[in-house]
Amino acid sequence: MKTATDQAPAKRSRAAAAAAGAGTAAGQAKAHDVVLQVRDLAVDIRTHRGTVRAVNSVAFEARAGETLALLGESGCGKSMTAKALAGIMDPVCDLADGEIILNGTDLAALSPKERLKFAGPELGIVFQDALTALNPVYTVGTQLGEAFRIHRGLNAKEARVEAIDLMKRVGIPEPESRINSYPHQFSGGMRQRILIAMAVALNPRLLIADEPTTALDVTVQAQIMQLLRKLREEGQMAVILITHDLAVVAEEADSVAVMYAGNVVESGPVSQVFADPRHPYTKGLLESVPAHLERGAQLKSIAGSPPELHDIPDGCVYQSRCPLVQDICRAERPALRPVAGTPVAGNSGAPGNAGTGNPVAGTPVNIPSGKEPRPARTAACHFSEEINNV
Amino acid sequence: MSEPLLKIDGLTKTFHVAKSASGNTRLKALDGISLTVGRGKTLGLVGESGCGKSTLARTLMMLESPDEGTVSFEGTNPFGLRGKELLSWRRRVQMVFQDPFASLNARMNAGDIIAEPWATHRGLYPTSREREARVRELLHMVGLRPSDARKSPQEFSGGQRQRIGIARALALNPDVIILDEPVSALDLSVQAQVLNLLNELQKELGVSYIFISHDLTVVRHVADRVAVMYLGRIIETGATEEVFDHPRHPYTAALMSASPKLDVSGTKRDRIVLQGELPSPLDPPSGCRFRTRCWKAQDICAEVSPEPQVLAAPDGTKHVAECHFPLDSIKGLTGATAAATAGAAATATAAAAVPAQ
Repeated sequence: MKTATDQAPAKRSRAAAAAAGAGTAAGQAKAHDVVLQVRDLAVDIRTHRGTVRAVNSVAFEARAGETLALLGESGCGKSMTAKALAGIMDPVCDLADGEIILNGTDLAALSPKERLKFAGPELGIVFQDALTALNPVYTVGTQLGEAFRIHRGLNAKEARVEAIDLMKRVGIPEPESRINSYPHQFSGGMRQRILIAMAVALNPRLLIADEPTTALDVTVQAQIMQLLRKLREEGQMAVILITHDLAVVAEEADSVAVMYAGNVVESGPVSQVFADPRHPYTKGLLESVPAHLERGAQLKSIAGSPPELHDIPDGCVYQSRCPLVQDICRAERPALRPVAGTPVAGNSGAPGNAGTGNPVAGTPVNIPSGKEPRPARTAACHFSEEINNV
Repeated sequence: MSEPLLKIDGLTKTFHVAKSASGNTRLKALDGISLTVGRGKTLGLVGESGCGKSTLARTLMMLESPDEGTVSFEGTNPFGLRGKELLSWRRRVQMVFQDPFASLNARMNAGDIIAEPWATHRGLYPTSREREARVRELLHMVGLRPSDARKSPQEFSGGQRQRIGIARALALNPDVIILDEPVSALDLSVQAQVLNLLNELQKELGVSYIFISHDLTVVRHVADRVAVMYLGRIIETGATEEVFDHPRHPYTAALMSASPKLDVSGTKRDRIVLQGELPSPLDPPSGCRFRTRCWKAQDICAEVSPEPQVLAAPDGTKHVAECHFPLDSIKGLTGATAAATAGAAATATAAAAVPAQ
């Protein structure tokens, strides 16, 4: 991070910062514009048992002022996807394929050094565990000011002023005195606020929040979610919320991509996907939630457990647990394709149009203009149309 | 109702700690806890981290001794027991831990882990043949195969490990199992499997559960009664449906409201978002402990600690809340209207308590 220089992205963000809050900054994305488009993303991990594919042909898009949820259970590849987007994968991981088009630039094609310039001004990330994400030997003021020193070339004194401002923005009381405190002197909720402050310091267009509230109590979780909503509205950021919690998705997200064993198995607007799931896995997850059931009633659980990464079968990734499994599921992996018979999402910016602009595998490369028609609902199942007849 | 299996009355536990900011060295982790657990029933214990849930669990396991108060287990006070009597009492209360990866010894195989309690309680299954048969039986009860006894913990998934933890707790045929966040480390699809298992075991064996969890949806599903803890006190307790549908303590209402709900209709609801954080248990507020975050707090709340009030519940069950100004009960209304009214109340209070989003 120390050699990154003050380049074009930083200049834009300075302009954005000047008008922060007003929502009228030049170059700021308008609500519902496509900010990020991910296509065919694949990540390999080199293990001692050979190379395994942790993320496979993942595709989705994130829009300004909206929240996209990446939903899945542990090991499904959702955090790996986030790290791939942010360019902070572990050394044993390789970006095997795909495009990550952020505001017209394909991040996947850039060198690591070039990518650094995007970290902060264009893209911010919030991690789950605030205590390990923060450096224990520096004060929070130093850590909050880092973005301003590196990307805007501010000196320590100027950065401190910005850091205090930032702490106010995320609701940390008495920032003038607390700026000299160390991370361990803050509560879990306050640490998470500091982490969020670092991520939004340079008003990025895209904020990735990787399980931001999993370690927090529910009343604090509600506060943090409220803060994220506020910041999203103020900056018209596109937010990617990574979570395993269906209820959080239902309450916070506009659209959802459900991941299983490294693949997106279903995506679409949350209200539609949850009301009428078209992949057996999504359906099974929704039925596993104990809500709306007679107390003590038998829960519909999904039998078995997800496949190991080195043991993902040919054909459908969900075949071993699927109640609808047929021969074709074992022979052929279903592509993520539009679901027939589902309504097309409405869009205040552009009218919805089923099929076009749909980020399924094989779509020709075109840089998004920002006014992409909204993709239809998609599911990767041979029987997504018949799922409710079974 | 018959005599409860376990009755706790006025349990208090104070820890001595290094000096806090205010110079206080006494941390009152439990402050007058009173509870009952019925035979074959499940008591849900909810509250945020630091509220004393785990201290209560540890005290019931006799890992801590209380400063004041009594525990009565079928009429006997376990803290008065010594020697063999104490040992036989310990057999009757067992525990399942939260983290299935940390609570199983990686150097032992599953069978040895399940059989280990019998090393202390030697009389139970004296011969190795009996022990082996019982291990197979326990594995079967928790949905594992007999051959799994020879596997080591790292060969199992998280859900399977938790099953081993449950089998170990069952090994001594206890009357009460304390389940400390038993499913919070598990994925949703596996969580449902384990909850179903716990439910079946309770029906089959008539064991009582004390189910500690922060996940209100899960607690609502498993518990017969719920107790809500805040800073070492139980601020509300009652039958599960009653407490969830008509919370009387503002904290309970806020907790329910803050917990995300899976509403597939996609309607966004108004929420009570509490301001501020849990005060330090070293320096709890005077009077009512919740008053610093409560939107109903008045002068009296700072001066007088509220006594537990028995409130009328529509179904005749006992509903107790510690509040000077309990929220209105919505008596005799149908569930739907009640929920709507509660929603309206929440909106009003949210407007009063927090600036609009």
